[in-house]
Amino acid sequence: MKMIVAIIQPYKLEEVKEALYAANINLITVSEVLGHGRQGGVAEIYRGNKETGNLLRKIRLEIAVNEDFVEKAIEAIQGSARTGEVGDGKIFIYDLAEVVRIRTGERGNEAIG
Amino acid sequence: MPALSPGNTAWVLVATALVMFMTMPALGMFYGGLVRKKNVLNTLMQCFITLALVSALWVAFGYSLAFSDGELIPGVLGDFKWAFLSGISPDSLSPYYVSDSAGRIPHLLFAMFQCMFAVITPALIIGAFAERMKFSAFLAFTVAWLFIVYVPLAHMVWSTNGWLNKLGVMDFAGGIVVHVNAGIAALVTALFIGRRRALKAFPPHNLPFTLIGSAMLWFGWFGFNAGSSLAADGLAASALVTTNTAAAVAAIVWAITDSIVNGKATILGVATGAVAGLAAITPAAGFVNVGGAFFIGAASSLICFFMVSFVKARLGYDDALDAFGCHGVGGLFGSLCTGLFADPAIWRAYGGGHAGLFFGNPRQFLVQALACAVSIALAFGGTLAILKVIDLFIGVRVDSKAEAMGLDITQHEERAYTVIE
Amino acid sequence: MTATPILSGSNTAWVIMATAMVMFMTVPALALFYGGLVRKKNVLSVLMQCFITLALVSVLWVVAGYSLAFSDSELIPGVLGDFKWALFNGITPNSLSPYYISDAAGRIPHILYAMFQCMFAVITPALIIGAFAERMKFSAFLAFTVAWLFLIYVPVAHMVWSTNGWLCKLGVLDFAGGTVVHVNAGVAALATALFIGKRKSLKAFPPHNLPFTLIGAAMLWFGWFGFNAGSALAADGLAASAFMTTNTAAAVAALVWALMDSLVNGKATILGVATGAVVGLVAITPAAGFVNVGGALAIGAIASAVCFVMVTVVKKKLGYDDALDAFGCHGIGGLVGALCTGIFADPAIWKGFGGNYSGLLYGNSRQLLIQLLACLVSVVLSFLGTLIILKVVDLTIGVRVDAKVEAIGLDITQHEERAYTVIE
Repeated sequence: MKMIVAIIQPYKLEEVKEALYAANINLITVSEVLGHGRQGGVAEIYRGNKETGNLLRKIRLEIAVNEDFVEKAIEAIQGSARTGEVGDGKIFIYDLAEVVRIRTGERGNEAIG
Repeated sequence: MPALSPGNTAWVLVATALVMFMTMPALGMFYGGLVRKKNVLNTLMQCFITLALVSALWVAFGYSLAFSDGELIPGVLGDFKWAFLSGISPDSLSPYYVSDSAGRIPHLLFAMFQCMFAVITPALIIGAFAERMKFSAFLAFTVAWLFIVYVPLAHMVWSTNGWLNKLGVMDFAGGIVVHVNAGIAALVTALFIGRRRALKAFPPHNLPFTLIGSAMLWFGWFGFNAGSSLAADGLAASALVTTNTAAAVAAIVWAITDSIVNGKATILGVATGAVAGLAAITPAAGFVNVGGAFFIGAASSLICFFMVSFVKARLGYDDALDAFGCHGVGGLFGSLCTGLFADPAIWRAYGGGHAGLFFGNPRQFLVQALACAVSIALAFGGTLAILKVIDLFIGVRVDSKAEAMGLDITQHEERAYTVIE
Repeated sequence: MTATPILSGSNTAWVIMATAMVMFMTVPALALFYGGLVRKKNVLSVLMQCFITLALVSVLWVVAGYSLAFSDSELIPGVLGDFKWALFNGITPNSLSPYYISDAAGRIPHILYAMFQCMFAVITPALIIGAFAERMKFSAFLAFTVAWLFLIYVPVAHMVWSTNGWLCKLGVLDFAGGTVVHVNAGVAALATALFIGKRKSLKAFPPHNLPFTLIGAAMLWFGWFGFNAGSALAADGLAASAFMTTNTAAAVAALVWALMDSLVNGKATILGVATGAVVGLVAITPAAGFVNVGGALAIGAIASAVCFVMVTVVKKKLGYDDALDAFGCHGIGGLVGALCTGIFADPAIWKGFGGNYSGLLYGNSRQLLIQLLACLVSVVLSFLGTLIILKVVDLTIGVRVDAKVEAIGLDITQHEERAYTVIE
């Protein structure tokens, strides 16, 4: 089992969701975060105080998947989130030690789906 | 023989409510949006409690000391004749009038209209010490400042016995009494209390609040300026057009300057520009014509822009929300401009002959300058003395840990916004 | 035998307040109403557009706008005034307003009339913002607003409200701006939405701050008392009548929208009642000082039902992206109201004020035709004029931001500001 964490542009969220659903990956968690990679941040100016390199809004997706869904998830996310410009984001893959469904107590592969 | 004018009374009743609206919610939102999330409640609280505190103190002693016809200190301070509005009944007529001597408003209404000016003046100073003043010290400061600085200056400029009034100073709605006064106090406080601890400037936590607050101030300013004719007549209408025009021109000029200097017209810029123009037109509103309003709006905007963007950073004082940069500088500039641009044609139908330097009366400019100097001296000395005394007893500034955690949680044990639910 | 007009203090007191209230309708009211409806990354751009419209039009109105709209001498007979009163030249503090409605003897100052009208000139182009929200270049928006004010608003205002205006002479009834403000702006909104194109999105965007929108609607309702009741230019029974019809139409419209919402969609919604109230206010605007309470109830209900269908069904079918329903609410609502004025105008309202205005319901079929004509003139002028202005602006500056800027958001790209901080 793997945990996929993807950082993407906020306006790409709907497209990425559609792509994931189409690949039969329906269980996701979404949160709003701040950050930047090579994009370097954006300029903001308040009463003559100009600051560059500020953290940008990003969306963080967390998806727990079984092994056979990992590549499908990566393809779905990368295919829909990509624009070709700096700032598209990153996908991180973590090993997942255990998953528990709270309602039923199911564990492992059954709890993921 | 003066009689009650229902038309004048109706307008001034509304104007009083409009000026109250300027302190809360308008100034509250304008300042509140500019501070960090962890300090917004404290800022709102300071504005709100000022309204409450000064309202009570004004009817108790403030109005009498500022406007009574008997005096404790001739030319400077009234007496306790009208303490708790004693001797003023509902059908007493106001001894004060501006353009209409025959049609008066009730005396109680004049007192309450003036009350709202007394409320907003100390509230403006909040912009200087935002995010680092102890709440208890703030309360003591506000009470002391009202009686030691505001009331004497109001008496000197607006009371018929006031020595600056007798010299002929022109301050239609409070350029000197409100804006120069509060602005200088703001500068002194910012210097006394010291800079906030920060690596870089803090972005406003809620810019929509600030813009909405600025728009509400503009709206309320119709009551502040046009209401100061104490009549529903052509002079009020004239003050309305100069007020609106100066605000509009100032906002546009700030937007243009912003885009030239910084590359973009900004929301914070137009919000600030409009307020600077409104502060500058305040002393001049009922004395200048449309052309004067254009100039005052444009020039004050440019001056305040450079004050706020460059001079403040150079000189290094932390006037957190630019109370001095906008109100102090704007009010000062506008008060001097009144001595230049006052057009006698405005008052022709109202029995006055108020002319400035550009209309052949150089003396007026000197009177304006003198009144500004007096205001600066009183505000500077008075504010410094008050702060020194408070600091000795209570301490003015919060400690650095409280400042880092934020005033909302440490001074009031409240959080402005929930995160989850 | 008319008495010599003199200054009326009470009328002046009311109209000064009304002027402030109409100003309040543009900022903060409309700004909050629209601002809450857009996405977080565009809220500042909408607020900016509303605020700068107030500043820009205020200046232009004093410089030339008022004179071109309302002067008694004309550059184009029946259509456009001249520069006689540019910079309020010739208007002193004690000049009396040449315009009056119900009170010929008790006037307000001329300066005040000009400033009251100023606030109407401010809010009209501001309404169009709802059509092009989230995708218009700031520079193009500025150019558009200036051009639209002079090429469309000023002539229509002159035609309908100036005593020399040809539609005024024909007897059109527009108490506070159903045609001059709402049809005008609403149709311009449609033209702009069609010209600028749809926003790039897979589905409709939820409002980022619905409390803003509801508060904005409530503030609009509050300010509308100045807009409609102030248009009597007097503190009298006609103003009170307009006050009553305004409040009633708003209330009925909000209720009808809530009802339709729950029948059609299963729930009464906050966005629904906010929109419904505004629709009712728009529709009653031309009729406020001409209809009775029954007329107000009818107009509020009809406008709400029609606009509900327009906004939820027709817009989707026809596929244009009028982002914040400026056409659906103001354009359609204004048209419904202007025509209803020709139906429901009750001669009993003006009996005490020396007028005689009646609609179809009271035996006067001619009025409805005049209303229709005025609407047609406004629709044609606004639609074509707006398209021409947009074409010229597009050729010179470019109207729409590019796709990348639109995706990142206008606040950061056009103004380098963020509306809300996240951490502190």
